Amino acid sequence: MTPLSALLVRDMRIGVRVGGGALMGVLFFLVVVTLTPFAIGPDLVLLKRIGPAILWLAALLASLLALDRLFAGDHDDGSLDLILMGRMPLELVVAVKGLAHWLTTGLPLVICAPLVGLLLNLDPLAEGALMLTLLVGTPALTFVGLIGAAIAVTLRRGGLLLAVIVLPLTVPILIFGVAAANAAVIGPTPFGAPFTILCALTLASLVVGPFAAAAALRQEME
Amino acid sequence: MRLVAVDMACHRGGRDVFAGVSFTVASGEALTVSGRNGAGKSSLLRMVVGLVRLAGGRLALDGGDPELSIAEQAHYLGHQDALKGSLSVAENLQFWGGFLGGSDDVAEPLEAVGLGSLAGLPAAYLSAGQRRRLSIARLLAAPRPIWLLDEPTSSLDAAAQDRLAELMRAHLSQGGLILAASHGPIGLSNSQELRLDQGAAP
Repeated sequence: MTPLSALLVRDMRIGVRVGGGALMGVLFFLVVVTLTPFAIGPDLVLLKRIGPAILWLAALLASLLALDRLFAGDHDDGSLDLILMGRMPLELVVAVKGLAHWLTTGLPLVICAPLVGLLLNLDPLAEGALMLTLLVGTPALTFVGLIGAAIAVTLRRGGLLLAVIVLPLTVPILIFGVAAANAAVIGPTPFGAPFTILCALTLASLVVGPFAAAAALRQEME
Repeated sequence: MRLVAVDMACHRGGRDVFAGVSFTVASGEALTVSGRNGAGKSSLLRMVVGLVRLAGGRLALDGGDPELSIAEQAHYLGHQDALKGSLSVAENLQFWGGFLGGSDDVAEPLEAVGLGSLAGLPAAYLSAGQRRRLSIARLLAAPRPIWLLDEPTSSLDAAAQDRLAELMRAHLSQGGLILAASHGPIGLSNSQELRLDQGAAP
């Protein structure tokens, strides 16, 4: 096994085992979306109109849930020291940890989205479009979140700080993700424009996230 | 291969921990670092692998792989075990073996530290001494010439200490070098000693 695939396998195993974040994220997502119709009432038109926004908000919060342990867990048990001593560039290590985190917490949200879309009165085409925006957008949430996770690594209760740092940075992703999903659900604006910008935001975060997070980690380990 | 430190100084938390520390360790040699609590033993080892910044002096490795840094040719056995409780003993070792550039075969290192029969057990169930032995197995799973051991015998029983001494002797005879921070003897008869007690106590 190469060093990076060993890391990917290990992080995914930790994620799906008991105490890992994968299951919690999906359950949280399902609970938030399920509660919404109860809070708003059986107004089908309203539910359809705000459905994509609710799903996106729930996905955003769910993907933040397990993020605070991403580096803090490795820092607390000394693994991070050894990872820094590895022969892999820290940026790649961070990117692989982000990938493992997305595969265990982001991807399940995308897969569940059509299921909970039914609760919000979305038709099949809208569900497909929504799923597509989540598939493209959730990696951006994870990779922007990496920066916050790296900054909060040495703090005992870093979860709160993480949310405060990361949530403002996710505003553009949320705007264009929901705009694209809304365009597909209710129109009349075109789907392409916001969706393309969402893709661009994701690509940018895939590059900026690992570099910024690696820089933060190096700074903190001094 | 020779690890040479000249005039190393350590400054942590606004305080000078030590200064003017020099030593040389060559292939096949071991150096034991001793000193009172807070003398900077752990910091010295962490400085060698770049986890603590050098406040002065320099460190060099003669005759190592020029493509790699000192840290990339060294194993660091610290106070923390770097084990994940939700992974099994074998999975923990497989990860470190793979990540640090060793082999996937974990049976042999596990046998060497006497954990072969516990390979499938989640690491959360291990005792302190067993966790320590699993960390030591990491040194065997990925061969690297420099071993930096921080209190390697802590929480090990007598039999495990003997076994560790055997592993260290085998490592030295294969041309490795060892830096160990310890309060007591670590079972190597021919090691040099570096005392960090010079200078005033705080």
